[in-house]
Amino acid sequence: MSIDTAPAAGATALDVTSAGATRRDVMHRLLMTLGPILAALVIAGCILLAVGVDPLAYYGYVLEKGLFSPLGIQQTLTRMAPLLFLAAGLIVAFRAGMWNLGGDGQFLLGAVTAAASAPVLVQVMPSWLALFCSFLIAMVVAMIWSLVPALLRAYQGVNEIITTLMMTFLGTSFANVLVKLVFRDPGTTVPQTRTLPVEDRLPRLFETTITSGLLLGLAAIIIVHLVMTRTAFGLKLRIVGANPRAAVHAGLGVPGLTIAVFAISAGLAGLAGAVDIIGVQGNVRADWNPAYGLAVIPAVFLARMNGFAAIGFVFLLSVLSIGGESAARRLGVPNHFTLVLVSIVLIVLALAEYVDHRYHQSRKA
Amino acid sequence: MTGLFSEVFLSALLFGAVTAAIPLLLAGLGEQMSEKAGVLNIGIEGMMLAGAYLGFVGAFYSGSLWLGFLTGAAGGIAVALVMALLCVRIGLNQIVIGIALTLGLEGLTALLHHFQFSRSYPRLPAADATVIPLLSNIPVIGPAFFKHHLIVYLAVALVFGMSYLYRRTQLGLNLQAAGDKPAALDVAGIDVIRTRTIAVLTTGALAGLGGAYLANVGAGLFIPFITNGAGFLGIVLAMLARGRPVWVLFGALLFGVCLSLTTAMQVAGINIPTDVIQMLPFLAVMIMLVLFGRRASLPAALGIPYERGAR
Repeated sequence: MSIDTAPAAGATALDVTSAGATRRDVMHRLLMTLGPILAALVIAGCILLAVGVDPLAYYGYVLEKGLFSPLGIQQTLTRMAPLLFLAAGLIVAFRAGMWNLGGDGQFLLGAVTAAASAPVLVQVMPSWLALFCSFLIAMVVAMIWSLVPALLRAYQGVNEIITTLMMTFLGTSFANVLVKLVFRDPGTTVPQTRTLPVEDRLPRLFETTITSGLLLGLAAIIIVHLVMTRTAFGLKLRIVGANPRAAVHAGLGVPGLTIAVFAISAGLAGLAGAVDIIGVQGNVRADWNPAYGLAVIPAVFLARMNGFAAIGFVFLLSVLSIGGESAARRLGVPNHFTLVLVSIVLIVLALAEYVDHRYHQSRKA
Repeated sequence: MTGLFSEVFLSALLFGAVTAAIPLLLAGLGEQMSEKAGVLNIGIEGMMLAGAYLGFVGAFYSGSLWLGFLTGAAGGIAVALVMALLCVRIGLNQIVIGIALTLGLEGLTALLHHFQFSRSYPRLPAADATVIPLLSNIPVIGPAFFKHHLIVYLAVALVFGMSYLYRRTQLGLNLQAAGDKPAALDVAGIDVIRTRTIAVLTTGALAGLGGAYLANVGAGLFIPFITNGAGFLGIVLAMLARGRPVWVLFGALLFGVCLSLTTAMQVAGINIPTDVIQMLPFLAVMIMLVLFGRRASLPAALGIPYERGAR
């Protein structure tokens, strides 16, 4: 594969820190994350001012609704569940040097199959088993969807950026076709799948509205992180990612590993769709496409494909999107401003990393 | 079903296919140049949106379509300037910045549209066509291919211009080298950063022009997210074309026919969800890849920022 993650790959090697330096390192990381976010908020604030909205009021609502109000933080944590699964899938793919840009298609197909199977299955088996089965079905369907790009990459060397992008276009249309023609709920006029009754969905955590999918998502991303950094399998994948030719010479079965990477990555994206449907939405409406993947991809890069850092970035994304949605409603700014905000945050974070990197380089020299 | 294959219907279908293909063609040609020079330009969707918005604004307030194309191209260049600065000059991750730019421009243009046009949704008058004498009198093909706005013919001519550029000129070779072995280009005394910057800015101009065409001629108005993935289609086209501008043209026409078919089916009242037809071009390309899939001939240094003296 010709495309390299040059700046990020170099940095991951430095991530192994000795115990003594760890605390300073964490402080430094925190500063290097919060500083740029603050700067990004100032820049975005200027845009708000330009369109005649009080930025302080806007950010006040974002913080209140996304972070500090009991209902808001519960929504934020609920939103994290699918994003965590998506991030976990991307970490596997990116660390293995494969550009799975087809997350949205895999996500939607997982969502649609979960939405189609869960309401039927709960009628014939105990609820927990039904949910487990629909998770499984969603995962397998997403895996199958990634099989063509995986095989083409593994045995023909066809670039996976093209194939996964095309499969994601195909997947979003195909998911719509499924909703409109195959799994359509005959009881409604709007095309949508059958709705999973609230009592059969994933249980809420304790007394809150937070979905227990959050725990599943956290578990998924932490397991992925540990597998990639602490196991022989993870090491093999990282070797494939760092230098596929060297991996062949080291005797690794690169085609097999490639297919495994795509399967894991797509499977996790399918689970993301399932957890969003079974935990939160309950059904899939036609033309529903939250396009989470596009925002998660840069976040995973900025986290340097580190699972724990990715949790932080996913949390940030969720706060911004939940807070932004309600701030937009209150202040009459269209919700699209959230996109602008996320974009500026991503760019400034990337810039800060570069400046930090250069500073360390010049100090070393 | 007889009406479906009438001459008028067929030429309307092909006319729509050309109209739908032009933005894809321009985006694909632009992306191709970036990729040749070693920059994976994922921000092209953002550049198209900037072009679509500014192109519409320019044309709407000045009343001149050509001025609209100019402001559209300028909008694309403005976004490309950010991309060139961040990804070529200081070498930030091209995928992070590209996606961030796309997200940002999606939001920004939708926001501006909301404050400016969302109450009235103004439209531009239909673009006047340049009718090519004689050729346009051919039945079916004439009205479909030879009654377009002048810029359509220019875009098609650009395909051959690009072919000439890549094969016969110094700049074309430099671009190729910047993507295949930037260090060698540097040793030869050519500035890699400058070569890549030229490529990215050209991409911006073409993508912006494509966006402006989409809004001004294709739709006659600007709506948020109007490009609807056209930029990503451009990336797919550029990669499938393996460095040959003519293949971008063929690919764009294939996708154009399918897009046009979607509208035509709705007009004809055929009851298939449009999603099925939208799947056709992708399905066709995937089948082609499965049957003839060979190693993609992508530039060796694609996506890798060039840093002088770095090993």
